[in-house]
Amino acid sequence: MKLPIDRRQFLKLAGLGGVVFASSLARNVGAAVADDFYFVQLSDTHWGFEGPPNPDAKVTLPKTVATVNALKDAPDFIMFTGDLTHTTDDPKERRQRLAEFKKIVADLKVKNVHFMPGEHDASLDRGEAFQEYFGKTHYTFDHKGVHFIVIDNVSDPTGAIGDEQMDWLRTDLAKQKPDANIVVFTHRPLFDLAPEWDWATRDGAKALELLLPHANVTVFYGHIHQEHHYMTGHIAHHAAKGLMFALPVAKSQPKRTPLPWDPAHPYAGLGFRDVEAEGPAKFEINELPVVKAS
Amino acid sequence: MNTHRNRMRIAAGALAVGLAACGLYAVAQPAEQVIKISAKKFTYTPNQIKLKKGVPVILELTSEDVVMGLKIPDLKARADILPGQVTRLRIVPTKAGTLAFLCDIFCGSGHEDMTGAFIVEE
Repeated sequence: MKLPIDRRQFLKLAGLGGVVFASSLARNVGAAVADDFYFVQLSDTHWGFEGPPNPDAKVTLPKTVATVNALKDAPDFIMFTGDLTHTTDDPKERRQRLAEFKKIVADLKVKNVHFMPGEHDASLDRGEAFQEYFGKTHYTFDHKGVHFIVIDNVSDPTGAIGDEQMDWLRTDLAKQKPDANIVVFTHRPLFDLAPEWDWATRDGAKALELLLPHANVTVFYGHIHQEHHYMTGHIAHHAAKGLMFALPVAKSQPKRTPLPWDPAHPYAGLGFRDVEAEGPAKFEINELPVVKAS
Repeated sequence: MNTHRNRMRIAAGALAVGLAACGLYAVAQPAEQVIKISAKKFTYTPNQIKLKKGVPVILELTSEDVVMGLKIPDLKARADILPGQVTRLRIVPTKAGTLAFLCDIFCGSGHEDMTGAFIVEE
């Protein structure tokens, strides 16, 4: 079952289904909240992009790093959900961009940082350059009772996970208890959000089929450069804003061209989020701007 | 002799009527229209193509540079386009309107702009 949902509906579902989603009253915008832990999701930094959709392209990422460093409480870890760099046909330039990106984010105070590729990083060389700088493109890690699975749906330029990785996923899930608290990170949506705009994963349905028997699964992804929330069965999917240019709502215009930069509101539509883990499939999401309002 | 020829003509006519009735008498059917589409970074040529509703066409797809895809989400149809090869994809537009198509194999910095549309008329 797939349900398109808006923010209000999602909150309603959250109350019924045990998923919490909020944009206020969270730790970094108000009073401290007792919790287990929280992490920060950063996505689609597109380092190397140049163009009118972001005349501040050279400083957006450094400013974001500064904002993350200034968070009231430090997150347990930081996750980058792909498109760290903007694509280039030149393998040397690709490595240059990855190296520059790595140098900038090395300034993050939190040193527990996880990376995964987007199609801009990995689709032209099947992840070769990415792996030289950041290691594996799919992996798992555990943190305070939550099992995190990083799925690579971009190194294959067709936007597929592929049989080999699917077998790996199946094997990993078989080791988890049915009620395990599982978080999946992907770059592309696993469901068909907008196939007309290539906002899908070719074999995403197979991955969801493997995840479905598990009671507590939450997916965080990037790619679409905007906040978006969706349910497939009991699995919640949360897309993050980008950190270089914003994209339009799916199919709201003929082409998925970036939204224009608004000089009156620099960085409008860009941002990152903190995610507070509050229990099985229970996450409080707090959207944050590139530059903290003074 | 004439009687034999007449019988043969009658038999051939009956066979033709029978095949036509069964939809198998394809010799007289017009060949399906072939539309050639060439792909290269980051365009299709042509990228606006008129079709008739319900009339099948065969797309002959070629790539001038790298591996591309052509996906028509509304028809749940797609094909890989390999350089140096002709890929054929038969489609039947079942309703009037615009059928978008796009490249679904990441091909570089203009990949997101690599789109086109079939304009399907009644």
